[in-house]
Amino acid sequence: MARSPLRPRGFDDLGLQRALSDRLLPFLVAAMAFLAALALAGFFAAAQLARHWQQGAAASVTVQVPAPSAPAAGAGAAPATRLKRVLALLRKDPAIASARALSAAELNALLRPWLGAESRPLALPLPAVIAVSLAQPTASLAGLGAALGKAAPGTLIESHGVWAGRLTALAESLQASAAVALLVVTAVAVAVVAVATRSGLATRREAIEIVHGLGATDRYIAARFAARATRLALLGAIAGAAASLPVLLTLARVAAPFGRLEAPAAPLAIPTAGLPPLLWLALPLLPLAAAVIGYVTAQVTVHSWLRRLP
Amino acid sequence: MVRFEQVGLSYPAHGPGPLAPVLYDLSFSVPEGGFRWLVGASGAGKTSLLRLMYLAVRPSTGRLSLLEVDIGSARRRQLAGLRRRIGVVYQDFRLLPHLSAFDNVALPLRIDGRSEGQIRADVVEMLRWVGLSGKLDSPPETLSGGEQQRVAIARAVIARPRLLLADEPTGNLDEVQAERLLRLLQELSRLGTTVIVATHNRGLVSRHDAPSLRLDHGRLVC
Repeated sequence: MARSPLRPRGFDDLGLQRALSDRLLPFLVAAMAFLAALALAGFFAAAQLARHWQQGAAASVTVQVPAPSAPAAGAGAAPATRLKRVLALLRKDPAIASARALSAAELNALLRPWLGAESRPLALPLPAVIAVSLAQPTASLAGLGAALGKAAPGTLIESHGVWAGRLTALAESLQASAAVALLVVTAVAVAVVAVATRSGLATRREAIEIVHGLGATDRYIAARFAARATRLALLGAIAGAAASLPVLLTLARVAAPFGRLEAPAAPLAIPTAGLPPLLWLALPLLPLAAAVIGYVTAQVTVHSWLRRLP
Repeated sequence: MVRFEQVGLSYPAHGPGPLAPVLYDLSFSVPEGGFRWLVGASGAGKTSLLRLMYLAVRPSTGRLSLLEVDIGSARRRQLAGLRRRIGVVYQDFRLLPHLSAFDNVALPLRIDGRSEGQIRADVVEMLRWVGLSGKLDSPPETLSGGEQQRVAIARAVIARPRLLLADEPTGNLDEVQAERLLRLLQELSRLGTTVIVATHNRGLVSRHDAPSLRLDHGRLVC
C-alpha cells in the first residue's frame, strides 16, 4: 500500500527515531526504575518496621512480683495477695492499656530454654510475671513504680523501650539509606536522559540546523526531543517496575516475620500481598516520575544546547 | 526591505587568535520586491553575505535590518519568526534525507503550524509545478541532483516568503529549467518578495537584466 503523503501520526521531522535509540535508553531507565522500586520498598518496609516496633515492643512492659501469693502490704479490711494488688493498681492506671498475669504454663514456657523441658513443678519460689501494654509508648512509669513498690515491695518494672528504641533507630537509619539510594537513582536517571539527549543532539545536528534555519523555535525542537525522551522513559520505567514486582513479592514473603510478628498464613492471599500498602501506590507512580524526568531533562538539555545556534 | 549599514562579519579563526574578517563595511539596501544578482569570484564572500541575510550568523559590526527587524537588537524568538518569512535555496540543497520530497517541501508550513489540508494542496501543487508530481514519496537520495535542487526551490518558496535568497539555484538545472526558475523568481519579485540570487552564471545574469551586488574580497565594489 502506498504511503499517504499526509503527515503521519508522530511525524519525525528531526529523525529522532534514529538518534534516541528505542533500546538503550528504555533499558537504562528500566534498570533505574527497578532499583528505585527496590529502594522504595526498602523505604516503606523500614518505615513499617519502625512503626511496628514503636507501637509493639516499645509499648510493652513486664512487671515481676516476687512472692505473689503473700498478702499485700498495708492490706486493710479486704486483704489481697501481692499479685492481685499489683494487678489492681496497674489496671487502675490510665497509662496502662492492659495488664495480664502470665499463667504457670506460660512461665514454664519462658523458662524452658534455661531449665530444660521437664515439666516438674519447680521448688524455687518464682515471681509472678505480668505482661503490660501501655496506652502510649512514651508514658512515664516513675509514679507507678513507686506505688507498686509500696503495695508489694520488691516488684520490678522492666521496660522494653530501650531495645525498641534501638531497633527503631536501626529501622530509621535503613529508611534514610533507602531515601538516599532513591535520590541517587533519580540523579543517575537524570544523567542518563541528559547524556542520551546530548548524544541525539550531536547525531541530528544537521537536521536540527536545517529545521532551525526554516524558522523552528527552540520550543518546537525541544518539544520533539522531549516527546521522544518521555515516551522512551515511560516505557522503560513500566518495564522496570513490572520486573521488580516478582522480586519484591519474594522479598516480602521472606521478610514477613520481621515486619509482622503474627505472620499471615498465606501472605499472597491478602490484598497487599505482604508489601507495604504505600508501595502499591508508589509503584505505579514510578513510570510517571520517569516520564517527568525524561520530559524535563530533555527540555532543559535541548534548550541549553540550542543556545549555540544564532 | 533589506538594509546593510557598514556591516562587517568575522569568523573565529581555528585555534586561539584574532577573528578572521570575511566581509568589510557593507552598506546597501534592497527595497521590498527588489531583485538583485549577487556576483563575485569564488571566495569573495557571497555565501557569507547570504548567511547574514538568512540569519545563520549575526553581523560582527554595523547594523543589519531585515523586513523591518533590526537584527542586532532582535530577540531570539523574533529571529525564528523572521526566518519563517525568509526562503532559502542552499547551494548544497540541505534536504532532510529521512523525509520524502513531499515532507521536505511541507516542512516550512508545518513549522508555521498550517493545517494539513492546506499543506497537502499547496505542496502537491508546488511539486507539480517543479515537475516532480510523480515523486512525492521519494526520499532525496533517490532523486537526481536537478530533482533535489527543484525540491529545495519548492521548499524555499512554498510559504510565500517576503525575502528569497538563492545560492547558485541553477547549478544543477538545464537551460530550460533554469529559465523557468528565473521566471518564477521574477514573478515572486513582482508580487512583492525581495529576491537575491548568488550566481556564477554570467549568461543568466546577462539575459535577465537586474541590479547586481558585486563582491570582491569581502567588499562591495558596485
